[in-house]
Amino acid sequence: MNYFPDEVLEHVFDFITSHKDRNSVSLVCKSWYKIERYSRQRVFIGNCYSISPERLIARFPGLKSLTLKGKPHFADFNLVPHDWGGFVYPWIEALAKSRIGLEELRLKRMVVSDESLELLSKSFVNFKSLVLVSCEGFTTDGLAAIAANCRFLRELDLQENEVDDHRGHWLSCFPESCTSLISLNFACLRGEVNLGALERLVSRSPNLKSLRLNRAVPLDTLQKLLMRAPQLVDLGIGSYVHDPFSEAYNKLKIAIQRCKSIRSLSGFLEVAPHCMSAIYPICGNLTFLNLSYAPGLHGNKLMKLIQHCRKLQRLWILDCIGDKGLGVVALTCKELQELRVFPSDPFEAGNAAVTEEGLVLVSAGCTKLNSLLYFCQQMTNAALITVAKNCPNFIRFRLCILDPIKPDPVTNQPLDEGFGAIVQSCKGLKRLSLSGLLTDQVFLYIGMYAEQLEMLSIAFAADSDKGMLYVLNGCKKLRKLEIRDCPFGDSALLEDVGKYETMRSLWMSSCEVTLGGCKSVAEKMPTLNVEIIDESEQMEFNLDDKQKVDKMYLYRTLVGHRKDAPEYVWIL
Amino acid sequence: MAKEGLGLEITELRLGLPGGGTEKNEKKRVFSEISEEEENEKSNGPPELQSKSQVVGWPPVCSYRKKNSFGDKDGSKTSKFYVKVSMDGAPFLRKIDLALHKGYSDLAKALEKLFGEALRDAESCEFVPIYEDKDGDWMLAGDVPWEMFIESCKRLRIMKKADAKGFGVLQSREALNGTLKE
Repeated sequence: MNYFPDEVLEHVFDFITSHKDRNSVSLVCKSWYKIERYSRQRVFIGNCYSISPERLIARFPGLKSLTLKGKPHFADFNLVPHDWGGFVYPWIEALAKSRIGLEELRLKRMVVSDESLELLSKSFVNFKSLVLVSCEGFTTDGLAAIAANCRFLRELDLQENEVDDHRGHWLSCFPESCTSLISLNFACLRGEVNLGALERLVSRSPNLKSLRLNRAVPLDTLQKLLMRAPQLVDLGIGSYVHDPFSEAYNKLKIAIQRCKSIRSLSGFLEVAPHCMSAIYPICGNLTFLNLSYAPGLHGNKLMKLIQHCRKLQRLWILDCIGDKGLGVVALTCKELQELRVFPSDPFEAGNAAVTEEGLVLVSAGCTKLNSLLYFCQQMTNAALITVAKNCPNFIRFRLCILDPIKPDPVTNQPLDEGFGAIVQSCKGLKRLSLSGLLTDQVFLYIGMYAEQLEMLSIAFAADSDKGMLYVLNGCKKLRKLEIRDCPFGDSALLEDVGKYETMRSLWMSSCEVTLGGCKSVAEKMPTLNVEIIDESEQMEFNLDDKQKVDKMYLYRTLVGHRKDAPEYVWIL
Repeated sequence: MAKEGLGLEITELRLGLPGGGTEKNEKKRVFSEISEEEENEKSNGPPELQSKSQVVGWPPVCSYRKKNSFGDKDGSKTSKFYVKVSMDGAPFLRKIDLALHKGYSDLAKALEKLFGEALRDAESCEFVPIYEDKDGDWMLAGDVPWEMFIESCKRLRIMKKADAKGFGVLQSREALNGTLKE
């Protein structure tokens, strides 16, 4: 294959954009590896501890866009201590020292300090895009540095971060000369912002397509912003509370009607539900609607809103929509591909308003459905079997029954058959989360049928090691496995340690694995980091190998033990 | 770090159980055992359901979402928990939003930021963090789970330990003591 000059190959590789494909290309032969690495601009690192920034820089000198993920997924649910790791500073520091012309940085579940944001803002002249998802450790001072120093900033997208808000002034730090903004999302900030500065910023950003406001932005400001940015494609409304008979409301109606390009709507962080009719004119064009932070919107008002959204492809909603509301979705949203139903009050599960009925209705009405996240009060095998028949195209299927060990309430049986039907029918299933009463049987089905499965989340399930073994033996494409509160022990863990090198990571907490078992894995597989997280300090006093390990996180890595682990993390 | 609810108790129960996990439904028994315990303790609310709130990390909803979309059906409950914080010896009070913090250790760090100078200037003093609860009683911070604390805390006071001696106040908890002690 070497009869093409390098430039031609490089040009061909330009058309290959997916990370997986580019990784495959680099493995073909030495010369392809070389051409690929010099031309690679975008790199995705799913576990920041699997490689070092130095090696990344050495291999991809043309790097422009970097995506990094830090903490394991279960960190979202408070199962990982806050200072476990995932610090971005060393990455930014190394990149800053190098010749890399970084333009885009996307981080998920990482600890981001103000110092790192400041260093980032000062080190890369062409920096254009910062996306932070579920990160923490920074304040609005860090954002001020980004605003002030990144002269060509196009995108500042903050999603669900824990930000220490020092109020207001960061928005004023965008200089008058900054006119390049395309996307600004600060919905997760809690504090006040300088509304005048916001209005001026939007006025001088003709390319602004995406704007998501926080709850401190009142309605009259929203109206002014929409008047200045009728070209918006994605809008996140902060506060939506007003008097339907006011002048402000009339002005808003006019402003919204001018926004003919809006396809994505979210927010309503504070909402007065009797004023939703102003939104109806844009509903017909919406492809994405996220009302999962708007508990004030429910009942008939919510259903009426949804009835206007005939082109919806993705819907994120709270369970106060109820089974009846999901029936309305089923009748209206024939293009629906992704549905997420979040719990509106998980501590009073008895009042949770969706059951298996709502899901069955949606599966019958929305045949294009391929992605589901569903928190519900209960589920039956019959319903899951029906859903599997109606929707064989699921790529993501995540079911969370609020009582995690609840059986089928009609038959009192475990939900093995129901989930079995899902994996058997949905041949393209890549991600699965289980809940409800489950025995080893469901794992037998998963091992047999879920050939494309890449990520599996298990909680309070199974009867024995067999469950875990079925999965490890059967799911050849498994990349991430996360398990909590299951009776899986050392014999399952140690059956095939080589398998873990084919995966990104394995999390096991409150299971039956022992210190000795974990040590064994670490000994046999030097390319894995096996971490024991023990905050209760039991490990310090009791190094008995038979001791059960509370939390274990293991992952493949090319750079050995990390040096930044806190004292309650033991790397074996 | 302050221990929350029953999170660690589940672990302790499990470690004490015999065998290598060969008992059927052991995990699930543990879960429902906790529920029954809670059921017996609590006299109000739907029994087995109320206990689920004590299990760490369940339901699997990310903490950001928990803080921002729950229990707000009629919009009356605000997610802000601003309380006044006074420190003995500091010239003026501060205000802090408890909802912004994840736990006691986080709060301690924030308090240190707010009162850093005053803490440093005070001569070899130990401080005790106390708060006034809904009933008007002054309580030692750190005893109850964080969520319960932010619900009931009306104001905070960082009191000089010397002043506390006459009140039989217990040694303050590690989580706060570590960062407040001079």
